[in-house]
This record gives sequence, structure tokens and C-alpha cells, in this order.
Amino acid sequence: MGYYILKRLLAMIPTLLGVAVLIFLLLRVIPGDVVEARYLTQGSQFQSQDLMDQERQKLGLDKPLWKQFTAWMGGLAHLDFGLSMWTSAPITEEIKLRFALSLQLALMASTIATCLAIPLGILAAIKQDTWIDYAVRVFTIAGLATPSFWLGTLMILGMLIIFKWVPPMVFTPIWVNPWDNLALLIWPALAVGYRYCAVGTRMMRSTMLEVLREDYIRTARAKGLWLKLILTRHALKNAILPVLTVISMEFAFLLGGLVVTEQVFNLNGLGMLFVEAISHRDYTLTQALVMLVATFFLVINFAVDIAYAWLDPRIHYR
Amino acid sequence: MAASAQTLEELARHAEPRWPWLAAVANFARRRPLGAVGAGLVLLTAVLAATAHLIAPYDPLANDYGAMLAAPSAAHWLGTDAFGRDVLSRIIYGSRTALTVGLGASLLGASLGSLIGVTSAYFRGRVDLLAQRVMDVFFAFPVIVLALAVVAILGTGAGNVILAIATPMVPRCARVVRASALAVREMPYVDAARASGFRHQRIILRHMLPNVMAPILIMATAFLGEAILLEASLSFLGLGVQEPTAAWGLMLRGAAVEFAESAPWMAIFPGLAISLAVFGFNLFGDSLRDALDPRLRTQ
Amino acid sequence: MRSLTRVFALAIASLLAWPLQAQTPRYGGELVFPVPSEPPSYDGHREETFGLIHPIAPFYNTLLRVDPFDKGGTKPAPSLAESWTTSSDGKTYTFKLHKGVKFHDGSEMTSKDVKASYDKIIFPPPGVGSTRKGQYADVVAVEAPDPYTVVFRLKHPSGSFIASLLSPYNFIYKAEILAKDPHWYETHIMGTGPFIFVEHVKGSHVVGKKNPNYWDKGKPYLDGFRAVFMRDSAAQVAAVRGERAQIQFRGFTPAARDDLVKALGNKITVQESPWDCILLVAINHKKKPFDDPRVRRALTLALDRYEGSKALSRIAIVKEVAGVQVPGTPFATPPDELAKLAGYWHDAEKSRAEARRLLKEAGVPEGFSFTFMNRGIPMPYEPLGVWMIDQWRKVGLNVTQRVIEPAAYFGSLRKGEHEVAMDFQCGYIVEPDLDMYKFLSSSRNPANYGYYEDPVLDKLYDQQSQATNVDERKKLIREFEKRVLDEQAHYLMTLQWHRIIPHSSRVHGWTITPSHYLNNTLDTVWLSP
Repeated sequence: MGYYILKRLLAMIPTLLGVAVLIFLLLRVIPGDVVEARYLTQGSQFQSQDLMDQERQKLGLDKPLWKQFTAWMGGLAHLDFGLSMWTSAPITEEIKLRFALSLQLALMASTIATCLAIPLGILAAIKQDTWIDYAVRVFTIAGLATPSFWLGTLMILGMLIIFKWVPPMVFTPIWVNPWDNLALLIWPALAVGYRYCAVGTRMMRSTMLEVLREDYIRTARAKGLWLKLILTRHALKNAILPVLTVISMEFAFLLGGLVVTEQVFNLNGLGMLFVEAISHRDYTLTQALVMLVATFFLVINFAVDIAYAWLDPRIHYR
Repeated sequence: MAASAQTLEELARHAEPRWPWLAAVANFARRRPLGAVGAGLVLLTAVLAATAHLIAPYDPLANDYGAMLAAPSAAHWLGTDAFGRDVLSRIIYGSRTALTVGLGASLLGASLGSLIGVTSAYFRGRVDLLAQRVMDVFFAFPVIVLALAVVAILGTGAGNVILAIATPMVPRCARVVRASALAVREMPYVDAARASGFRHQRIILRHMLPNVMAPILIMATAFLGEAILLEASLSFLGLGVQEPTAAWGLMLRGAAVEFAESAPWMAIFPGLAISLAVFGFNLFGDSLRDALDPRLRTQ
Repeated sequence: MRSLTRVFALAIASLLAWPLQAQTPRYGGELVFPVPSEPPSYDGHREETFGLIHPIAPFYNTLLRVDPFDKGGTKPAPSLAESWTTSSDGKTYTFKLHKGVKFHDGSEMTSKDVKASYDKIIFPPPGVGSTRKGQYADVVAVEAPDPYTVVFRLKHPSGSFIASLLSPYNFIYKAEILAKDPHWYETHIMGTGPFIFVEHVKGSHVVGKKNPNYWDKGKPYLDGFRAVFMRDSAAQVAAVRGERAQIQFRGFTPAARDDLVKALGNKITVQESPWDCILLVAINHKKKPFDDPRVRRALTLALDRYEGSKALSRIAIVKEVAGVQVPGTPFATPPDELAKLAGYWHDAEKSRAEARRLLKEAGVPEGFSFTFMNRGIPMPYEPLGVWMIDQWRKVGLNVTQRVIEPAAYFGSLRKGEHEVAMDFQCGYIVEPDLDMYKFLSSSRNPANYGYYEDPVLDKLYDQQSQATNVDERKKLIREFEKRVLDEQAHYLMTLQWHRIIPHSSRVHGWTITPSHYLNNTLDTVWLSP
């Protein structure tokens, strides 16, 4: 077991390195750089090539690629993420607030998704192939199919027209002002949570179906005791595990992937930061963000795998 | 995995690939009504796309400044948009864009992904390890960033959008297909083929690939729905298909949001179109998955 | 009964007094406004975006400013300089500064601070960026003979020098700080302005509080302000509508204005003005067949600007039909004269027929297709793009749009590979020298994306720049306009932007101008309850 953990931990390193190389090169292939993005906003007659070259030198963009890469890697080794090329502020400062928002949103959405998925999945499995089953599947797939920006626009408009209420303009961390914080985040959390419950519901339903096929459950059903049995025995624990796996995977994705949702609900999160960083060609910031999200993703994957191996001794890992 | 092995075994009994699912379709529709509904929606979208030039009442690109922001009426069933363009015609032609981009991206992503997955499973050893690592790297990349980067490099427009959307799909398909292909690799006839000295390409393409068609098909249909959504998202962000092309995601941006209160038809109908199409693809794909392998995990 | 009469009398008296009361500025309140983009640094000398001006300008003063109550946005008014004189040869400008102006750290502002700030703008030390350096190419030196006098010496007289000092970006910094570290002001804020910096939470907001020792006694009226960064325009409108914010200083769309007026009635006041911004079409003379003036004229003749103005002003932030000057400003061509130029005829059918004829003559086949390059900003680039493509379609041209994202846009233009592309021009003040510079030959103006040489045009520009007689200047400008838009059709003008600011009726003391870079010091703004 310990050996397995070590193996998986070590496997993360080449992957992270690969991600680093990929984002580094990818950004430099994209046409334009931060200096152009800043000074060529207008086709201004007062532009000078010297000014732009000067700036490039200051940011180290004129150095050969491998030097830039090693400089960045060296910084990472000291957990020094460097300065944003666009604002010259430390990247940790730039990311702090947005990370808090995205993390909270992802947690809230995943929780909502889980709370929806488990009961709905169980219900659909128990009532397999009946109207209830179909209704649950239609409900959850409708969530998956609806474009989040459409749903979001309708939600905000609805609140505005019906309740004449507008969410707060700014994010306040939950320990500062919980009311304002929730008033802002509950709506996107609901929209996103609803969307993602489909995957979890599907998984819950399918594992539940397996459980229902077990001999001892069938015997219990014949005797009329099955419901209590399912809900109290370890059978449920085993059934829920894959669901939590799936939802954890989605959680990792939610961290940096909610670009459109953030735009529609006017949230200042990591998704919008990504878009801004790329549009500003802010190499250092984009790189840091990608590494952050990728690390998160790998760590969560790792944790899920370990949990799976630990909780289910039937699974053997080479 | 019992049912999966059973289905695969059935198919593996034939050395050359066959197309057994044609007969299964009718059976499918009878036994799975939800899937039939999904298939119906898919078919509707396809028909609209194919016959757009025949059934659309107006030219989707023709501006009509005398009829800007007109409410639904006899002349314009779904109203007009901010330039006086007929919303119904734009939605019909939009299905063309959606299907082209959706099909293009999902086919590209699924075929590339399955090829990588099968090849990786076939060779095992170091090739497999390397391919897995590379796929892991792409996996760990946020999807939207990958799409944004591709668009930033190649520019906007339908072709580039297809590439941008297909890119994140390749590693996911590769992973799933690899899992199934590993099982097929153990099949006796594959060993027999190797012993007979068949070339690697032949074994991969003619013996292994057809036998993992089930998960590939499921992934492709799931991708299709996702691709349509992703295209709509990219267009909404201004990074996808560009004006004045008729595309559902494009119709939901700009004027549709601004006039959402005074001219709601601009926002409602394209949104409905996207939802119904993706809904249909998902239902269909879901039922297909149930039919082919009810115990296939989501991974 | 007598008390009732008293009450009546009191009521009537207060009603009569009410309009007078509304005019007296009231002290107190925090002004909240959304800002669509966040500034990359705090240094006004370096940045070009309004995203800097809106949240940061209240912390600083400039030497001169545009009169905050001038709707035309051109009248110079004193700021840190209380008066100025020009020498008879027009080469020396002398400014007298206010006494007793204090920086936020308590030290006094004197002429050495003005000199140091302008030295940084005009003669930046190596490694320091100054984006407006080129605007002051005529300045030989900036001197500070005594603590309250600043002198600018020019190479030759210039009619637009005072206008160039009105730039809202020319913050006056402290000389001692600049001497120690010329980059300090990129990441710190410390000025003489009506508000003192409180905090900037990245990605969220900037807060300023009232400067109790402001040199302009009695101002500011507000207790403070809060600039909230909100990228999404729908969210900005919602914030004003939900009364969480009172005003947005850039501009809203016509749809937003109508929604706000419908929802809030007379709690909303709308101010509108032509905007000193316009989108132009750059036609690359290096690409065939656009080297042929007939083809270029056909492109402008195809555009029915009057219909476009009527239609697009409902859905976009454009309105007026414009020549090379903002309509309604002193040097703008009157509409009936403008209607004589190609592309401005009132008879659209005749115009299109002429366009088709010219295309045929130039040998351009029916259905000829080319690519129109546009910038990836939704408003108003997208609607104008859709409009123009539709208009060109009507004369048999098949145009596809290629949209480039803003960060890479001008980089692409500079490559010179485009055929026809959208260009844009935004100024902080209406002044022909600044507005018409764009059309000069490529050899003089590297930002000319039509890539042409036209010495006749250049000569007309120089002549009008040096003209002392206003009528003479107008005549020359008309000739210039005729050549660039009609005869040679080097560039096409689309429609003038239209600035719409619907704001809470509680906001007073703020007057709209044609520029969204002006009038953001917030010292004259006050809130009623």
C-alpha cells in the first residue's frame, strides 16, 4: 500500500513537468506578447519601438527560451511564483481572492450536485424503467444540456424583474460577511450544481442497480425488508464510493473551468482570470494558474485513487 | 465487466468487422423510449441542417432595418433580431453550424483518441507508458484553457473551433478506449494474428479497433452534445464562429442579452435550440450506453 | 385652523425653495461606480486605458484641466496652475501655480514637482515608459524659475500646445520620489487630488476617501468613492438598476438606457453626447484591387450611412454621420456640405448604382470576395461589422469577417497582411491636429494602416495646422476631408460613437463631455439624498 502511494506520488512529477513545458511553449506560440497587448491598444501615433523593446528587456522576454524556462522552474522550486507581467504585482496577490471565490464556488456546487445526485440516483434505481426513472433522467440531463450562460442570464433577469433584486457586485470572503458572500455565490452554485448532478446521478443509479441485484438484497426485498437494509448496511457505502469519485473529478474541473458561468454571474474567479491573463498574454500569470489547477487536479485524482484502494480491498493494484 | 466481455466475445467471433448494430436499432427504440426521444431530436436536427436552404423562410444573413427587434408574428414566426434578421431562419441554419462543428469535433476527437488508445494498449510497455503520461498532461490541463489557447493561436472561425474543441476530447477518449482495448488485446484471435505475422497496423485497424466500437460510439455521441455546448460557449465568449454566420451560441450574445427584457425571443429560442439538441444527443447516448453496456463506468 | 394655514404656507414656501436647494451642493455620501477594466499599473504617464483614469484620477491633479462643466470638452480651465500667459512669439508658456497645495503626505507641491513630472513625460529617463512623449516633440525644455512658476519653451509656436496639456493622464507627481525611484508611481499612489487612496483589492475594487486638506477649499463634496471592477456590461447595468451603483463613466448602450428609464423612471437622469471615438475602415493600398481608387470609392459609396445611423443607433453606441471631425464641433463640416461627398449622398440607390458601376469599370467581378478584419470587441465593432458586410453584399461583394482578439489586433495590422480592416480612433479632446494625424502618409505616420503615400494630403495637413485664420483653417480641413474620404477614399469613416450615460438622479455636478477620459477627478460631484 505504501509502495503504491509512493509510486503514484512520483508519477505526478513527470506529468506536472509535462504540463509546465506544454503551457510554456503553447503561450509562446500564440501571436502577440504582453508588451504589444499593453501598448498597441490604440493604433496610436505616439507609439515607439524603443519603448516596447525596453519593456521586453525588463520582463526578460528577449532572453532565449530555455533560459526563461529554467528561470521559471527555479522560482517554482522555491515556491516563488514570480510577478505578473501585466501588473508587476506578485502573482500570489493576484490569485488570492479569485482562488478563494472559485474554491468556494466549486465546493458549494459539488455539495449541491452530491445532494441532488444521491437521492435522485437511488430513486431512479429503485423505480427502474418506470415514469419516475424517466423523469429523473430527463431532469438531470436537461441540466447537462442547458447552456450555463443561458440559464444564468435567465436567472439573473428573473430575479431582477420579479424580485427587483441584484446580487452584490463584489465578492466578500465568507468570514468577513457571510450574508453578502452567500447572496452572491448561491445562484451560480445552484446553476452549476444542477448541471453537474447529472453525471453523479447516472453513476449513483448504475451502482445502485448493481447493489439491487445482489442476492441478499433480493431475498430481503422478497421479505419486504429491503429498503431499511439498503440504507443501513455497508452496501450503500460501496455504492456511494464511485459517485463520490465522479463528483471529485468534476470538482477538480470546476476550479478553473467555469469561464462562462463567471462571466454571466459577474464573478471574479479563476476562470475569468484565465481569460484575462491569456488575452493580456501574461505568460507568468497564465503559467502559474495552469500549474495551480493541474496540481489540484492531480492531487484530487491521487486522493481519490488512494481512498478507493483503501476502502475497497477487492481492488488490487500492481 | 461480464456483459462487456460477452458482447465483445460475440463480436470477436468474427475475424473481420461487421455492423451488427443496424438490427439492434429497431429493438432499441422499442425497449428504450427515452433513447427513442433522443434519437428523434437528433434526427430532427440533422434534417434541419440538411434541408435548411429548402425550408428556411428567409435568408439568414439578410438585414432588414424596417423590421428590427420585431416580436413573433405571422411574417416572422420567432421574431427578428437586432438587425431585422429572421430568428427562425437563423436557428434552422444554425443547426448546420452546430452539427458541422459538433460532428467534426467529436469525430476528430474520437477517432484520434481511439487510435491513440488502441495503439497504446496494443504495444503496451514503454509506448503505453509514454502515451499515458502525455495524455495525463493534457488531462490535467483545464479544458477551456486548451480551447482558448488553440483559438488564440489559430484564430477564430469554424475550422479552428473544431480543432479547439476536439483537442480536450482526445485524451479522454484515449483513456476509455485504452481500457477496453486492453481487454481485447487478451483475446486469442489477436495473439493468433500476431503469430501469423500480420503487420501491426493491420491488427490494430482491422482486428482491435472494430471490437472497441461500443465505447467509441458511446464517447462520440457524448462528445457530440458536449461539442455543441462548447461551441456555443466559445461563440458566446466571442472566440468561436463569427458574425454574420448563423450559429446558436452567437445568437445568444450581445443584443440578445441586452434586449433580454424588451425582446426576449432573441434569447429564448436559440437557448432552447441548444438545450434540445444537446438534450437529444445526451439521451440518445445514454440509452446507447445502457444498451451496449449497462455496467460501463463513467471514466 | 390657523395652524393649518401655517402648515400650508410652510409647505408652499418649502416647495418654492426646493429647486434652489437642489442646486446647492450637499456634502457627504460615497459614490459607487463600476469600471469595465482594471488598470495594469497606477502610472498615468505610462498607461492609455480609461481603466486607469476612472478609479485613479481622483487621487491626482494635472497642471490644467478641461472645464468640468463644458459639454464640448474643449475649454481649458485652471487646475494646479491658476493662470497662464503666452509670450508674443508663441514659443514660451508661463504658468502660475496655486500656493498651499499639499500632497497627501503633507508636503507642499511646488514648481519643481511639475517640472519633474513633465520631465518624466517629455524626457523620460532610460527604462521609464512614457506613451505620450511624441505629443510634446515641440517642447525644448521645462523650467521652474521660482517655486510657483513653471515655464515651457517650445521650438516653434503651436496652436494645440494648451490642448496637449489638458491630457487627463498628466498626473503631477512628487519630485523627491521621482528622483529616488522613477518607477515608484507605477505601484504606489500619492498625489494632490481631492481623494486619498485607501485600498485596491485586485480584481475587486478601489476605494478613495475625502482629502480634508484639499487645496480647492470647499471641495470635494463626497465623503469618498468606490470604483468596482465589473467586466460584464449586463452586470454593470444591473448594478445601476438595483441602485447598488450610481453611475458608470464610460457609456451604456441604447438598450440599457431604455431598460433603466423604464425601470427607474425619474430616479434616472440620462446625459448624452457625441463621443470623440470613431471606427474607421483601413483599406490596404498594398493589396490588389484596393490600390485602385475606384474600388475604394465603391466601398464607401455602398454604405448608406443615414439608414445605418437610424438603425444602428437603436442597438449600438453609434449615431451621428461623421466626417473627419466630431459632428457639432467647431471644425466639423455641416451636414448639407458633407452630403456632397461620396458615401454621404442621401440617395442610397444612386450611390449603390455608382458603386456597382465603379467596380465593373475597375474590373472587379460580381461576387468578388475579400476578408474584412475586425477587432474582437463586441460593442460597437460587431454591429458595425455586420452592417458593413450586409451593405457590401448589396453591391455584389462577398465579404467574410475575420475577427482577431484585441491583444493581437494591432500587431496583426502592423504586419500589413490585411485587405480591409477595422481601425479606431479615440481622443481625449476634439482638435483637428490630433484627429487628422491618422490620415497622413505612412512615411510620416507609422500608424497608417492603409499603407499609402499622399503628399498632397500631407501638405494640406501642415497648412491647416499652421493656419491662424479660423475660416482659412476650416477651408483647408474641408479640402483635406474631401481628398481623404471622397476623391481618394484612403480611409472610410463609419459612424460617430454616441455616449449615453444614464445615472442615478442623486448624482449632481457631473457633466458629460465627448470624451470618457475627461471629468473624472470627481471634485465637483455631489449626491443628493
